[in-house]
Amino acid sequence: MASLAQAIRMGLHFAEENLELKDIFGQDAGAPMGGVFTATQGLKTAWNTPLDERGIIGMATGIALTGERCVAEIQFCDYIFNTIDLLKIAGNTNWVSNGNYPMPLVVMTPVGAGIRGSVYHSHSFDAWATRLPGWKVVMPSNSLDAYGLLLSAIADPNPVLYLVPKALMRLRSEELIPGEPEDQKALKNAIDAPIGERSKWRPRWPKLEDYRVPIGEAKTTRSGRDVTVVSYGRNILMCNKVADDIGGGAVEVIDLRSLYPYDWQAIRASVRRTRRVLFVNEDTEVTNFGEHLAYRVTQELFYEIDAPPRVLAGKNLPGIGLHANLEENSVPQSHDIERTVREILAEVP
Amino acid sequence: MAVLTNVTTKINRKAKTKPLALPKAQLLKLHDYMVKSRVLEDRLIKIYKTGEAYFWIGAPGEEAFGVALGLLVNKGHGPQHDYLHLHYRGTPTLVAMGMPMIDSIRLIMNRVTDPCTGGRNFSNHYCFPKWNVVPVSSPIEVQYGTALGTAHVQRRHKSSGITIVTGGDAGTAEGDFASCLIWASRPGKELPILITVQNNKWGISTGYDSQHGETYIADRGKAFNMRTRVIDGNDPIETYLALGSEMAYIRKTGKPVLLEANVSRLYGHSSATGANLIPDRDCVLAFEKLLLENDVLRPAEAKKIWTDYTEEARQAQETARLDAVPQADSVWDNVYAGSENADWRKF
Repeated sequence: MASLAQAIRMGLHFAEENLELKDIFGQDAGAPMGGVFTATQGLKTAWNTPLDERGIIGMATGIALTGERCVAEIQFCDYIFNTIDLLKIAGNTNWVSNGNYPMPLVVMTPVGAGIRGSVYHSHSFDAWATRLPGWKVVMPSNSLDAYGLLLSAIADPNPVLYLVPKALMRLRSEELIPGEPEDQKALKNAIDAPIGERSKWRPRWPKLEDYRVPIGEAKTTRSGRDVTVVSYGRNILMCNKVADDIGGGAVEVIDLRSLYPYDWQAIRASVRRTRRVLFVNEDTEVTNFGEHLAYRVTQELFYEIDAPPRVLAGKNLPGIGLHANLEENSVPQSHDIERTVREILAEVP
Repeated sequence: MAVLTNVTTKINRKAKTKPLALPKAQLLKLHDYMVKSRVLEDRLIKIYKTGEAYFWIGAPGEEAFGVALGLLVNKGHGPQHDYLHLHYRGTPTLVAMGMPMIDSIRLIMNRVTDPCTGGRNFSNHYCFPKWNVVPVSSPIEVQYGTALGTAHVQRRHKSSGITIVTGGDAGTAEGDFASCLIWASRPGKELPILITVQNNKWGISTGYDSQHGETYIADRGKAFNMRTRVIDGNDPIETYLALGSEMAYIRKTGKPVLLEANVSRLYGHSSATGANLIPDRDCVLAFEKLLLENDVLRPAEAKKIWTDYTEEARQAQETARLDAVPQADSVWDNVYAGSENADWRKF
């Protein structure tokens, strides 16, 4: 039952051994720290970079231009914004070169609120990410998906933004990663670096197996008949809770997992059945990715739904305030989701 | 726009003072490609001015530097060969590497046969994977960041191939230039990069002297214990020798060099500023004059080179004119590798 950080670490190790991953890099990604969330600890190809996000993305783009595979980390997505034009270039290179230069690179970055991260450790990036054509964008909500999506991202010949909900980094999955030891303590002893002196420490990797979550494939985490809730990342946990709390098989929850390309067929099939839909995420609400999905429901399923499609997202604020009262009133919480779901259920056509 | 129509009348053979520092064959090759590049750019400007292209940007004034560079490149595909991260004045380098004129013409005329972009991008935005020429992009100086990645891979492969990055003086104000200096010189992890700046003293309409306090841009490399050099990029012999020496140093040591070449910008920034001749030192005219004065080249031979390339360029335009153009429904092609669907309407 690996944590999400351990799952990423194991995925990267598997890719080093089996998917020709040659470089994992970012600020503090290499020894001794192995990433501020420990997601790159003990990996043989992980290395530290200068504190220079543009340099990190430039390096990753250049490596991809040679056809070799790398995973670059931006320590927090809050610091990725000064690389937007470089991300655009990585996203347009195969297109503008008319297929001459595929770009097999992964940029991994923690996103979202939930750790009391204040103004510059709580940003979301999903709305921005989905405005970067040429990229694929994924976000896991549990350890198994984190592993499976990461392997798919690394193997993909296109640039992939791998967004990690930082609030879930320590969350343990209910499902085992193929090859992961069942004993949580045994896993910790094998792959977690000791506190303090660790220069001689080496991980003892379990014999991991290949496991892919196909990019573009959603997962239904709760089946229901009356309303569909589509979300991803840490909001999935809240949506599942709401579905369980409301009970009675009313709420269907879809974990999108891939934001682009997204699983429209899964959304469409569910909404046609439930006839009501809510899209939940924590990026700011104006020009939000959920709006695109709601727009599409309106355009394609208008005559099949019983309530207006709704989007519940972060308030359109310049940042997340540090105090719990401020943070919790800035991004959707379980009670916000539950209230909105009940409002949708109460709609009379 | 035509140049050198009467250069032969200005020859002064008494001006010959010292032996030229390269063998005759090499001098003639430099001259030949410099003329070819100038004629090609001249044709590109004509294509723009006659309304057969939307935009021109290019390299008149950078032939001495670019051709010398192109002749020295270890040309090929993969980390064992040199990678080129060019800015949008790379025609001379590619001509010297063997690019047919028609490739450049198809690019500016947005033909589907354009081998670089399939009609998607501006003139001089080259891309030739067979020669490790990565796509030229319009944002200024980003190539200094991406160059780090190809050099990093070459270092890992212990290759004698190096990474070459070119750019203008104005763009050195961008942070990516500083990134390149920092990352290329990390202690024990130095990268095999030839970092070049073609200093034409202009950023569109803004003069270099009004924005830069440094005496030489190359001096910035000294802060990183990097080998640096400033050369006369209008002199193809000096440039060829200097580039050859610095590239050999990089191949041998795996360490970076920052080289600043002073060049001219003869037709302004681009068609956005008119694409008209602005008199300045002209490396092609000056070099031809030098070769004529030293009896390396005869006037009739020089005339024939200009005439033949002019005709080749004209014919290339005629051919490109008849080529197919991109179809509207091809906009989704190659958004993803292998043209995997990227249109959300079809998800």
